[in-house]
Amino acid sequence: MTPGLSTRELMFEAATRAYEDAGIDPRKDVQSFVCCTEDFWEGISITDEYMPDQLGAVLRPLCTISSDGIIGLATACMHIMSGIADVAVVESHSKISDVVNPDEIASFGYDPVYTHHHFDADPRFLAGMEMARYLKETRTKRESCAQVAVKNKKNALSNPRGVHGADIDKGIVMNSQVAASPLTELESSKGIDASIVFVLASAQKARKLGDHPVWIRGIGWSSDTPVVEDRDFARAEYVEQAAGRAYKMANVKSPASYFDLAEVDDTYSYKELQSLEALKLASRGKAGKMVDTGAFDTDGRLPVNASGGSLGVGHLLEATGLHRTLEAVMQLRGQAGRLQVPRAKRALVQSWRGIPTATGAVAVLGN
Amino acid sequence: MLESPKELSFEASKMALDSAGLTLKDIQSVVSGSAPDAFDGVHMKGEYYLDGMGAVGKPHERVYVGGGTGVFTPIGGWWNIASGLYDTCLCVAEEKMSPLHPHPQYAFWSIFDQILERPLGTTLLWIFSLEMRRYMHKYGIKEEEIAEVAVKNKGNAVDHPCAQLGAKITVDDVMRSEPICEPVKRLDVSPPSDGAAAVILASEKVAKKLTDQPVWLDGVGWTLDSTHWTNRDLAYPEYVEKAAKMAYKMAGIKNPRKEIDVAEPYDPFDYKELHHLEGLQLAGKGEAAKMTVDGVTQRDGDLPVCPSGGLLGVGNPIAAAGMMKICEIFWQLRGEAGKRQVKKDARTGLAQAWGDLMQVGTVTVMRS
Repeated sequence: MTPGLSTRELMFEAATRAYEDAGIDPRKDVQSFVCCTEDFWEGISITDEYMPDQLGAVLRPLCTISSDGIIGLATACMHIMSGIADVAVVESHSKISDVVNPDEIASFGYDPVYTHHHFDADPRFLAGMEMARYLKETRTKRESCAQVAVKNKKNALSNPRGVHGADIDKGIVMNSQVAASPLTELESSKGIDASIVFVLASAQKARKLGDHPVWIRGIGWSSDTPVVEDRDFARAEYVEQAAGRAYKMANVKSPASYFDLAEVDDTYSYKELQSLEALKLASRGKAGKMVDTGAFDTDGRLPVNASGGSLGVGHLLEATGLHRTLEAVMQLRGQAGRLQVPRAKRALVQSWRGIPTATGAVAVLGN
Repeated sequence: MLESPKELSFEASKMALDSAGLTLKDIQSVVSGSAPDAFDGVHMKGEYYLDGMGAVGKPHERVYVGGGTGVFTPIGGWWNIASGLYDTCLCVAEEKMSPLHPHPQYAFWSIFDQILERPLGTTLLWIFSLEMRRYMHKYGIKEEEIAEVAVKNKGNAVDHPCAQLGAKITVDDVMRSEPICEPVKRLDVSPPSDGAAAVILASEKVAKKLTDQPVWLDGVGWTLDSTHWTNRDLAYPEYVEKAAKMAYKMAGIKNPRKEIDVAEPYDPFDYKELHHLEGLQLAGKGEAAKMTVDGVTQRDGDLPVCPSGGLLGVGNPIAAAGMMKICEIFWQLRGEAGKRQVKKDARTGLAQAWGDLMQVGTVTVMRS
């Protein structure tokens, strides 16, 4: 949490570091700025009003994409691919410490007529229902979800950003307070503050800018229906569709053997398993067994959320996708310190916009 | 008033698809636009309405630059196509202001700075009255001259099937209307509205197969100025100038006043049309009022402006109003505007929107 910094100060700090890292001057070198925010999280209507100054974007093309940061990255990619930008900047942040009533805000995301006005419940009730359905249909063991939390919180102990790191066992996870049965509090990520800024450039420009370019080889995003009653709770169809598009673009034929690491959605423990199956990194109903046998540990077949993910580091609202991307970029640059996965060359990042949405994005990264 | 945001979006999407002879199966991506979530009281509004507009199972992004969103929505569609990622993109702008009680204007209180401005109980009308007064003072423009814009646009709107405030009025009517925040009077302002509008963009290859009368989006531009509106030159919208120059450069336009045949600048207030014409380089600084008084901007004038009736006449469902301007230019360039058709042979048109804290300009140049 950052009680001493305003949102704008957080953004300034992140932007300054990113510009220094890329060796650019935002006032001269950047042709497009993209911010990923949602009004209700900011407590401001039309939040792009408050974005330009601290990013060095005054009197420049800047816009909000009301979505997760990876969709912001996709937008910047389109700006570069369409030729209107050589260099584009993407920012997203969470200032959850300023939000007095996050549960109430999240509840406002439910359908105003059919759902929101009839429920006075923890908005995570949907996650509990989805988890129960996922466990039943895929015959995944309840303990496997707890193992995801154990793994990610343990990984976070090696991450300087991992404020929710812990060395605990499955029993502690399952016996922690119930969030929305069967989901427990230790399986539910907690909001933290941060601003994350990325500098994207065309291939030609990127080669000139630094020694550590990381390439976006494929990117995709998709939305399932907002009518929660109509969804298949066992599957993350939006991830299947987004991954399909990203894999096609990056020419990934067999995802299960293609990647050296993955940073995927673990807003809630079961989401990691559900997403891994949708990403075809585990076959249907097998992700639980794989996490139990250590396949997704940092020294396993495919390190998943080696950073600690949202469960270990914290949840960053719309910046969550950028957080996963940041951790993957550090890995691909060989700058991940104690988290470093050896010979990391290809990474997958995936995000979800959180309850009650069924919108997510996938990016394939390489060095 | 009775339709939900999903239903409004559905109607607009369906009309656009039908007019292009397409179905949702032919649409590869969707871009939507809508202004503050505070109108609907729905968090992540872009997620809520997306099934209504037909975005389920598709890549969908909601673009958002306050009042500039309507014209920015097809700009979002433009980069979906121009990047080569998609061949067809459905662009839908939706706004439902009526749920907010007692008046939608209250949502705008939350656009102001929490510490410095909100304690004053600020409304948008305050800052517009400041801007209007500054504009009048700097160039010696009279309220009566500005009122000519309201007379023209409300008159034009009589011919628009969706018009909320189409009427044949006089400058006197405007001058005698109720003062809201001086010098802004009731008839200087557009109304709050509900609405939706949609267009379909396609790559060059696909567009040529779909129609023998395509309208090309040849230039796009957008610019955001500093948050600190108090430090801005209120008499001249520099951010509109920058956005326009970006679009003109892309479209290869060297002399906009000569090359633009018809324009739909953003007119939530009558003086804003003048302000924007100057920012767009379609009038010299302080000269747009005279152009209006001289009839240059009438439908049969040399530079028809807001032949649709604009926000003052058709209504101001924020994002949908900007998209309505895109639709109007589309019809004008195809010669399909019926009674609203401008007299001159219109080949190049422009639509512009504006928003935030008097801060953002979004501009598109379209050609037949």
